[in-house]
Amino acid sequence: MSATLSLRGVTKRFGGLVAVNAMDFDVMEHEVLGLIGPNGSGKSTTLNLISGALPVTSGAIALRGSPITQLPAQDIARRGIARTFQLVRLLPSMNVLENVMAGAVFGHRQRWGYEAEAVAQTMLEKVGLSGRGHMAVGQLTYIDTKRVELARVLAGEPRVVLLDEWLAGLNPTEMEVGVALIRALRDEGRTIILVEHVMDAIRSLCDRCVVMAAGAKIAEGTPADVLADPEVIRAYLGDDDA
Amino acid sequence: MRLTPTDWRNLALSGMALAFAACLPWLFGSYALSIGVTIAMYTVLATSWALFSGPTHYISLATAAFFGVGTYVTGIGIEHLPYWTLLPIAGVIGAVLAALVGLATLRLSGVYFVIFTLGLAEFIRQVITWAQNVSGTKGIYVLTSITEAHIYWQLLGLAALVYLLGWAIGRSRLGFALRIIGDDEQVARHSGIHTARAKILLFLVPGSVAAITGAILAPRYVYIEPSLAFAPMLSFQVVIMALLGGTGRLWGPLVGVIPFTFLWEGVSITVPNQTTLLLGLSFLVIVYLLPKGFVGLFGTIRRRMGSEGLV
Repeated sequence: MSATLSLRGVTKRFGGLVAVNAMDFDVMEHEVLGLIGPNGSGKSTTLNLISGALPVTSGAIALRGSPITQLPAQDIARRGIARTFQLVRLLPSMNVLENVMAGAVFGHRQRWGYEAEAVAQTMLEKVGLSGRGHMAVGQLTYIDTKRVELARVLAGEPRVVLLDEWLAGLNPTEMEVGVALIRALRDEGRTIILVEHVMDAIRSLCDRCVVMAAGAKIAEGTPADVLADPEVIRAYLGDDDA
Repeated sequence: MRLTPTDWRNLALSGMALAFAACLPWLFGSYALSIGVTIAMYTVLATSWALFSGPTHYISLATAAFFGVGTYVTGIGIEHLPYWTLLPIAGVIGAVLAALVGLATLRLSGVYFVIFTLGLAEFIRQVITWAQNVSGTKGIYVLTSITEAHIYWQLLGLAALVYLLGWAIGRSRLGFALRIIGDDEQVARHSGIHTARAKILLFLVPGSVAAITGAILAPRYVYIEPSLAFAPMLSFQVVIMALLGGTGRLWGPLVGVIPFTFLWEGVSITVPNQTTLLLGLSFLVIVYLLPKGFVGLFGTIRRRMGSEGLV
């Protein structure tokens, strides 16, 4: 089985700081990959490199075998990699439905007119916001803004979905809803990269995890294996507890 | 997408307004006609300016550059080519110039764009002045049989085209892309929108329209020279009028153009040296009192009345 998305020696330097150091990993089709690690370990930067938000310093990224390393963000989005943002970004002048249509009109699969609207409605139903399409985004609760963003990402029918701390900031009740939502996506067979801090969610959602510390990959494997790895525990908690 | 009954009604109303405006030369005197030409000219310029600057929030001060190029197309071309070919030629040259400016600056942030567009008019003016000095000519006489009424009708026709184009863009994928870019450029890029391409495409509209406007108005000036054709004041007037009306709606700039033209006319007659002061005060009014123009003001009033149960 060939990888849907593969990273080889991907490095990002900010002047003298190496934020991401020679990352290697593959994501298979229908796989949910957790990208975890302590704060500042380079997870979000890796996501920014894959989605084209930041240019790669060296290394290669390929989507289904074709290189996307130096492409601008809009071309990567069109090839089928869609992302959410760590701090939710919605379009303030538009209502909920139009926000989702943005993904349906310009994403990987492009539609227009009634067809785009129908896709957007379906996506709103999927994330649990049916009937709220007319609402202004300013009226939404925090989890609902996250749902809108997820619906916008899904509306373009991407091949790979990047979720950047999608569960962060949710209260316990919302967390259950959120985890159930991502599990539903997983059951649909979507390919997902999850940057996440919530360990319970990682255990129950991820097929495999890549652990980062100080910009480099320190472990890779099933959630249970990597979370028991002494080096991973040391990266999170320091030497004394390992 | 199909037209709704509201679309048909708006089209019919706009058509009637246009027909009424077209009767102006027969209904009123020559002074009213000259005001009509001024209003039609600024409506065309401000509306096409707002088509680009409204959604992108890039303030373009290049209107005078495109306008001046257009007047020179007529000034130079009238000797050699039939008049009707000059307007499309001006439009194409304006669009090409806009594309060059867009390619050079629209990838940069807004401030660079503003400064560059302001410098552009001055740059072209200096080049033409230099060319005149070298060749020994002074200005150009544009002597035609085109009357004020002809100019007025041409401008009305161009205004109708601009409105139709703005309406069509608003319903198109390009229009939707521009609304997204205006809201959040990063989201736009990560949704798959070529933001630079969309902005450059849209910038062709004010570039081309301003050049055609200049070409139409050249016969009115009779004698054209660089300081007249490339007057930087024009760029600022267009910005002020469009912002005063509001860029949120297609008809917004028109609501700014009409009162501002009468005000400008009144000030020019009574205290002719204070027009710059008027421009400055208008700018203060927009910034402090009407950030969204008259369009925004109407919206606020309507909402207030609605919440009190009056509408």
